[in-house]
Amino acid sequence: MSIEIRHELCTACGVCSRICPGTLIKRRDGKAVIPRPERCWGCAACVKECPSEAIALFLGDDIGGLGGRMTVRRDGTLLHWTVTMPDSSSQTITVNTKDSNKY
Amino acid sequence: MMNLDLRRIDTDFLITGGGTAGCLAAIAFRERSDARVLIAEKADIRRSGCLAAGVNALNAFIAPGKKPRDYVDYARYDAEGIVRGDLLLTMAEGLNSAVEKLEKLGLTILKDKEGRYAARGWRNVKINGENIKPLLAGAVSARENITVLNRANVFEYIVKDNRILGAYAIDVDKPVLYVISAKAALCAAGGASGLYKPNHPGNSRHKMWYPPFNTGAGLSMGIRAGAEMTTLEMRFIALRCKDTIAPVGTLAQGVGAKQINSLGEVYEDRYGLTTSRRLHGTVMEILSGRGPCRLKTTGITKEQETDLLKAYLNMAPSQSLRWLESGLPPGVRDVEIEGTEPCVTGGHTAAGYWVDTSRETTVRGLFAAGDAAGGCPQKYVTGAAVEGEIAADSAVKYMNEKTSALNTDDAEAVKRRLEGCLSGKNRYFSVDDLEEEMQAAMDRYAGGIGEAYRFSAASLKIADDKIHEIETRSDRLSANDMQELVYILELKERLTLCKSLIAHLSARKETRWRGFAERTDFPDKSDKWECYVNSRLENGKINVITRPLIREDEIYEH
Repeated sequence: MSIEIRHELCTACGVCSRICPGTLIKRRDGKAVIPRPERCWGCAACVKECPSEAIALFLGDDIGGLGGRMTVRRDGTLLHWTVTMPDSSSQTITVNTKDSNKY
Repeated sequence: MMNLDLRRIDTDFLITGGGTAGCLAAIAFRERSDARVLIAEKADIRRSGCLAAGVNALNAFIAPGKKPRDYVDYARYDAEGIVRGDLLLTMAEGLNSAVEKLEKLGLTILKDKEGRYAARGWRNVKINGENIKPLLAGAVSARENITVLNRANVFEYIVKDNRILGAYAIDVDKPVLYVISAKAALCAAGGASGLYKPNHPGNSRHKMWYPPFNTGAGLSMGIRAGAEMTTLEMRFIALRCKDTIAPVGTLAQGVGAKQINSLGEVYEDRYGLTTSRRLHGTVMEILSGRGPCRLKTTGITKEQETDLLKAYLNMAPSQSLRWLESGLPPGVRDVEIEGTEPCVTGGHTAAGYWVDTSRETTVRGLFAAGDAAGGCPQKYVTGAAVEGEIAADSAVKYMNEKTSALNTDDAEAVKRRLEGCLSGKNRYFSVDDLEEEMQAAMDRYAGGIGEAYRFSAASLKIADDKIHEIETRSDRLSANDMQELVYILELKERLTLCKSLIAHLSARKETRWRGFAERTDFPDKSDKWECYVNSRLENGKINVITRPLIREDEIYEH
């Protein structure tokens, strides 16, 4: 259990349901849904591909998740990763896909 | 009851699995031949398989001053001798050109001031691999005459007189059964996770190292078709960050973090520094009451910490999320580590199809590359790329010989069998129930996490009995839709592979890879087992044989 689809932001574009490596995301009634969330790997491919920031990555309670939700906004080669906590505080880290990892 | 629509597809070269090996094999095939090529992929090649999340480095590369034979020696040492020299050398010779090809496809690779690749050690190059799958998929779609059939789950090879003629697949969404005829085929469907109870069996059960969607389908299709398998008993168990199961190499090699026990002692030197011994040491420290074990990251600089957060976002974002939401980044708290459940994967160990030097399996016209191909550990992304290319080259040559055509097939019988599964009748137990039973049996009796990876002949016998019993019950499973049918097929694939894995674990009566496979009844390494353990399913029985080691100066033919 690793992703949360926020239906108020979902535009039913279908990208996530096409690219999920586990074919776990389905389209029902014009929205993306994940009927079997426990089968999710947490790869975050959908989080990165979603153009509406409607999908958030989280850590399950059973592995000590603290309620943070991570979303990604893509801007050219830049990926802005934002973690929002339950108290609405947030922090963003930007990664340029043209920059190599240092390690 | 649901009726399946039968659709026939003709191609020349069928590739099962659109990962690194599959995509680069398709491209290499088209560079050498005008024949048709079809990639059948269960998900979508843009984000499927191991690299869905990205990859942090290219871990197989040969820096200036080193030679391909150095790589062979390194891989042989790490695998305690059980490798195929011929496969390792032919792979190692192509590693650097594979790096160049990936760069041409658009992969960001770090370079030094002179424009050379910046190596991490002598075998790794630093990259930004977040988008490696979209790049590979883009390269495939830019070529003519490569057809990609996404959401097609291949589940059975069509083999007659030990020659490949095609495969059956089902659509993941629509009630369609594909009968694919092909003159040659490549199995690039990866290895297997999910055979054993995972680190977190609850809601985060799929928070695992190897993708939970790599079910060992390619291997089990080969096993059922009578193909010879090798070294399955060399399981891969990754040492990972606890809970998130994120890689540790970036911490160990990137910022030089050492493995320490709860007393703060660096313990890795006591057990040896091979991949399996690093795991073994961690297990032993915990069993000795000196756990938990950690990577000592406290004290790194703020800049290092920021770079680590970014690096993990590019391959395992859960770890960055853990650091950010807890407010305990690696500079503040050491990172606890643990071993994962055992997997079968030829990209890291030597488990997989027994292939000749040209990467042909023992089924004529069926080739194997990447995580599905055995004998050639430490191949990683670039090694898988090289193997895909070698296999494609060999497939072109094979197709110039006389190949058979698919004239008659059992499509109607296969269709009826699957439609029987789609009745939705069984309400007594589910795929999940049987999967959990299988994983529990493998964990308890075939050396899973719960037993610190230890097993014996007696426990393996129990595992085998239980897997057979679960397999019998799996025949009564039924599905309500195509996705559920895929889950049933995947469970059956895993059960098939479990039986062969148990046969291999039973056959090797020694403990060669401390950590990876601990035999309590044969706790020492023995020279007698300086050989390959291979197996073949014949008339419903798994026959195990041994074969002598093959060195890098040989060309091996079946």
